[in-house]
Amino acid sequence: MIAIVKYNAGNIRSVENALQRLGQDCLITDIPEQILRADKVIFPGVGEAGSAMAHLRERGLDQLICTLAQPVLGICLGLQLLCRHSEESNTPCLGIFDAQVRRFPPLDKVPHVGWDNFSHCSGPLFMGVHPSEDVYYVHSYYADLCPHTVAVCDYILPFSAALQRDNFFGVQFHPEKSADTGEKILQNFLAL
Amino acid sequence: MLKKRIIPCLDIRDGRTVKGVQFINLRDAGDAVELARAYAQQGADELVFLDITATVEQRSALIHLVEKVAAAIHIPFTVGGGINSVADASALIQAGADKVSINSAALKNPPLIRELANTFGSQCIVLAIDARRETDGWRVYVHGGRTPTSRSALDWAKEAEQLGAGEILLTSMNHDGAKTGFALDLIREIAAAVQIPVIASGGAGQLVHFEEIFTHTQASAALAAGIFHFGEISIPEVKQFLKNRQIPVR
Repeated sequence: MIAIVKYNAGNIRSVENALQRLGQDCLITDIPEQILRADKVIFPGVGEAGSAMAHLRERGLDQLICTLAQPVLGICLGLQLLCRHSEESNTPCLGIFDAQVRRFPPLDKVPHVGWDNFSHCSGPLFMGVHPSEDVYYVHSYYADLCPHTVAVCDYILPFSAALQRDNFFGVQFHPEKSADTGEKILQNFLAL
Repeated sequence: MLKKRIIPCLDIRDGRTVKGVQFINLRDAGDAVELARAYAQQGADELVFLDITATVEQRSALIHLVEKVAAAIHIPFTVGGGINSVADASALIQAGADKVSINSAALKNPPLIRELANTFGSQCIVLAIDARRETDGWRVYVHGGRTPTSRSALDWAKEAEQLGAGEILLTSMNHDGAKTGFALDLIREIAAAVQIPVIASGGAGQLVHFEEIFTHTQASAALAAGIFHFGEISIPEVKQFLKNRQIPVR
């Protein structure tokens, strides 16, 4: 069973839909026991960092997420909340990935919306994925490059398209909205 | 490199596509879900659904349709038409829409843009502008292009950006359906004036029109309806044409 962490971040349904298309059962939940028991955990989200972290703290989900030992995948805001700190509302985050989250400088269109490829990608999530393949992004904040960076996208500047530390994975793009390439990445996560 | 997006637009009434569509291998051309799936398979980068109905009963048909589309396709999609409140937008987003597009209600009540952006995030909020060229410039129209406003398209676009809109879907009423190409001057002016992405709409009729919009303006995406529905031009054809001209597409 895959647990999708339920919190005040929009469009969690799309992750559920994507897993169902792949024939994978899942459960959207904020109950600690169900999250702890799951084979894998997906931490999705679009929204604002400050209010999302506050919501997680109120429910004790911040500490719970950090203790998880099974594979965990943060998507978009989920990736950013797994970093050290976000400039968005000056928010201390969970600190799994040693990266700072910053707002894109206004040197091109912001938000970064649309399909973009990788300048580099590696690791188990990207098995069978060529860096020239495009995935769908929509974000105004990005995670710095850091030792946990496993995929890089270059828009305005090079940023972490994906991060990995032990059992924790994060992707800035939306695999659930990234057509066949996104399905391949989700399948790689499910196969861990 | 960020790719230029090609976006088919589907008009919806009572949960079904309105215009007859001539699409290969479709059992029921009016079935919006099947059409959405076909476009996604062809390489459409996003889809836009425009609901042209008003009654409550038809509204629930739209919500049901959004749920079915969200389950069927693996690319992002926007739903617009008749969104007057956070509650209207919330129902569509809960049903699985990635973005909502607002138009008349935002002109009547501009703070609605901020309210929606604060609730769902700017990335969810597409401001649709219908503009008509008049002697003193491009004027904004509402109610499906029936009612003129006092606003210029440029001023309204800039204000909407300040209020938190995440993208602008900009349609030239003069060019819509004419198939003579996009309104390059309008799109150029507004795409250069705002920092958020602009989706160009109205006028696509030939492959070269897609090249023009991406080489002569800073448009991030191009939207079209009729030419795709009637099979005059296919999405793979547009992509290949642009690729051959070194315009980045997926």
